[in-house]
Amino acid sequence: MTAATTNTRAVPESAWTRLRRRKMAMFGLALVILIVGAAILAPWIAPYDPFEQKFDGLTMFGEPLPPGGAYVLGTDLLGRDLLSRLLYGARTSLIIGVVANGIALVIGTVIGLTAGFFQGWIGAILMRFTDLMMAFPALLLAICLAAIFQPSLWIVAFVIAMVNWVQTARVIYTETSALAARDFIAAERTLGASTPRILFKHILPHLVPMIIVWGTLGISTTVLLEATLSYLGVGVQPPTPSWGNIIFENQTYFQSAPWLVFFPGAAIVVLALAFNLVGDALRDVLDPTLRGSD
Amino acid sequence: MSADLKPLTGANMAPDTPVLSVQDLTVAVRTQGGLLPLIRNISFDLARGETLAIAGESGSGKSITSLAIMGLLPPPAVRVTGGCIKLGDRTLTGMPEPELRAVRGNRVAMIFQEPMTSLNPVMTIGTQLIEAIRAHEPISRAAARRQALEALSAVRLSEPTRRMGQFPHELSGGMRQRVMIAMALALKPDVLIADEPTTALDVTVQREVLDLLRDLQASHGTAILLITHDMGVVAEMADRVVIMRKGVIEETGRVDDIFAAPQQPYTQALLAAVPRMGQGGRAVPRPDAPVVAELRDVQVRFDLRGGVLNRVTHRVHAVEGVSLDIRAGETFSLVGESGCGKSTIARAIVGLVPHTGLIRVGDQTVGTMTAQARKRLSAATQIIFQDPMAALDPRMTVGDQIAEPLLIHGTGDATSRRARAAALMEKVGLTTAQLDNYPHEFSGGQRQRICIARALALTPKLIIADESVSALDVSVQARVLDLLRSLKDEFGIAMLFISHDMAVVENISDRVAVMHLGQIVEVGSRAQIFGNPQHAYTKRLMAAVPIADPRAQRPDTPRMSGDIPNPVHPAGAIVARHLMQEVTSGHMVAVPG
Repeated sequence: MTAATTNTRAVPESAWTRLRRRKMAMFGLALVILIVGAAILAPWIAPYDPFEQKFDGLTMFGEPLPPGGAYVLGTDLLGRDLLSRLLYGARTSLIIGVVANGIALVIGTVIGLTAGFFQGWIGAILMRFTDLMMAFPALLLAICLAAIFQPSLWIVAFVIAMVNWVQTARVIYTETSALAARDFIAAERTLGASTPRILFKHILPHLVPMIIVWGTLGISTTVLLEATLSYLGVGVQPPTPSWGNIIFENQTYFQSAPWLVFFPGAAIVVLALAFNLVGDALRDVLDPTLRGSD
Repeated sequence: MSADLKPLTGANMAPDTPVLSVQDLTVAVRTQGGLLPLIRNISFDLARGETLAIAGESGSGKSITSLAIMGLLPPPAVRVTGGCIKLGDRTLTGMPEPELRAVRGNRVAMIFQEPMTSLNPVMTIGTQLIEAIRAHEPISRAAARRQALEALSAVRLSEPTRRMGQFPHELSGGMRQRVMIAMALALKPDVLIADEPTTALDVTVQREVLDLLRDLQASHGTAILLITHDMGVVAEMADRVVIMRKGVIEETGRVDDIFAAPQQPYTQALLAAVPRMGQGGRAVPRPDAPVVAELRDVQVRFDLRGGVLNRVTHRVHAVEGVSLDIRAGETFSLVGESGCGKSTIARAIVGLVPHTGLIRVGDQTVGTMTAQARKRLSAATQIIFQDPMAALDPRMTVGDQIAEPLLIHGTGDATSRRARAAALMEKVGLTTAQLDNYPHEFSGGQRQRICIARALALTPKLIIADESVSALDVSVQARVLDLLRSLKDEFGIAMLFISHDMAVVENISDRVAVMHLGQIVEVGSRAQIFGNPQHAYTKRLMAAVPIADPRAQRPDTPRMSGDIPNPVHPAGAIVARHLMQEVTSGHMVAVPG
């Protein structure tokens, strides 16, 4: 209940009350709490060691065990318990999803806001740089960066952020330049408002909905990008589990052991869905122009 | 209900059969709380060759009525829930969409307020006209083209052949509205619905479009349903009037009767609120009062870039050598049509656009300013914009926004600022209970009051009202003007009032300057300008204002043709400045030639 409550406490009490009335938002919030809780409590609730190759984790012919029995979600190709690996993998995936995505949002917002508000040569340079990054194949860039630095969880998060800020910057740029041309910004200037005041008090609040939407959408793309990187060997290094690398380790056996792909895939979908539900509701609840219409 | 009233024009038609008949029309919108009626029991007849005006303020349901007739109500929430609409002997309500589509354009045509959004920007005028014609008549492209050309000549568009190959953005607003009329009339419909056809146009262009509509009606015998908020337009165009308010008909009658002896209190109030020429309030020229704002030879130019090297090829000479003084306590008006540079002057004075020449407000010279000086300038001069919704931050409570200038300038603490905001709210006629509401929770007039309160927070020496009442309904407009006047007197503020509306200007000003293409062509006291206009442009502006009196006779004014001059000149060109000549004391007129 931690992250979500402090977020809504920052705005007037009524926002939290209004959020509570939305069933879907509450459902999403419950899912987020469940996943975060599972990740934090993984050492205590995981039935087995996620790294241990169980002797009884494979059949006589060396095949992984299907769900049911002692291993609730079955075992993987090396006979490790899938449920335990998913629980530990949630830690990795959440860190990637939240940290990488957070860095990407901050970079994208700062660059888009600066370029959109100041325009001129600052804006031109920043946006051409953004276009350059956008044109550069994201995967290639990620591989280059990952090859330069020693792969570790934090480096992977950093690499993903470097790839993902571009779209956010573009969107924020467009929105900011439209906002900056509106009359109420001109009115602020004639009132003598300083640039930081206009930026943080009058432009940034209008960007919040967009940032929330891109933030929640970004969670699924970052988790999947991490999976791609893992697959290429430049992501989170085995044997550390992440939802992405569980899928890619096992995808060739999809025909014979579909649960190995299905469960981590479902976990990613549920995570993205949960954040989307909460994000959508937050966006509506924080918009004063929608007050009373929910 | 009005069968005894013979139509005034198109006398060769059978007078008794209405071409369009609306009976007990009710339109409702589906909401969570059930069906909410937007208009209730609307009934009227439209005879052949007649002009019926539906007049009312915003929210009266006049546009919903016209959309219902066209079958263009936004689905699925809004729909006709009662009554019927008959076109000749065919019932339009409940008619399936394919049949309606044939009726639309063929027998009922519509022109809208904003011609730019009604035309497809990526198709030439000719293609659009030909398509519209061929959609309703199975004729060859060549025949349709001939018909289109005829239609363009009929609306008196210069060089119709060249216009056929042009795109909408290459035409001026008035020309675009003529194209829309040509498109609507090309199929010789029985009924033309004109929804605020001239509201977005300049007053001299409005004059031409209205004349054109009247001429076309006389020659085609089309019945016109005119939707408008402008009682001046009603008086000039209509044979009969329907006054609507909050979705119901308040009063129906012949235009002469309505204007001479309105029966309903609402109609009386509405007509009383219409600003009319020739009844301005007291004007107090104050030649001895200290100068609050001084402009000397002010120029504002905007670069237009083009070519491979993106060099400056042309410049818009938005403001070209303007000099004027605004004295303490007076209302100085700048009047002119769109693009004449009046708003650019306003923006230059508050430092929103760079200028050359001298602008001095109080003891601050606008331009090369430190942040400190900029703050002092903003304390001395405030601007009120045209659209209050756009000028207020939608995500901030109005109380915070009124108090914000105080916060920026570090005046008082949170409690005293809030008290001041509350006092200002009451000053402009709102209640302190509304301090914590957001802008969207107010009406247009109330929002403009909030902007006025915010502008007053720093007790400036000069308030610039840039078309501040143009977007408001007339009754609201009258009240906001009264408010501005009383606040100005109370605080002794000088006001620069910028407007395109001659009647409003005459009402509020002490002194007036007429602008044309970036230069002042005439300046003087209100009595001098309105009583004894000297410059040809001033005279034309005044002649163009619709008179809210159907008995008024207007002299025929020469019709403008060809391109409207514009202030774009090649880079490096030197623009001839007007020489000003004094007619009487303080009354300056540009010398012709």
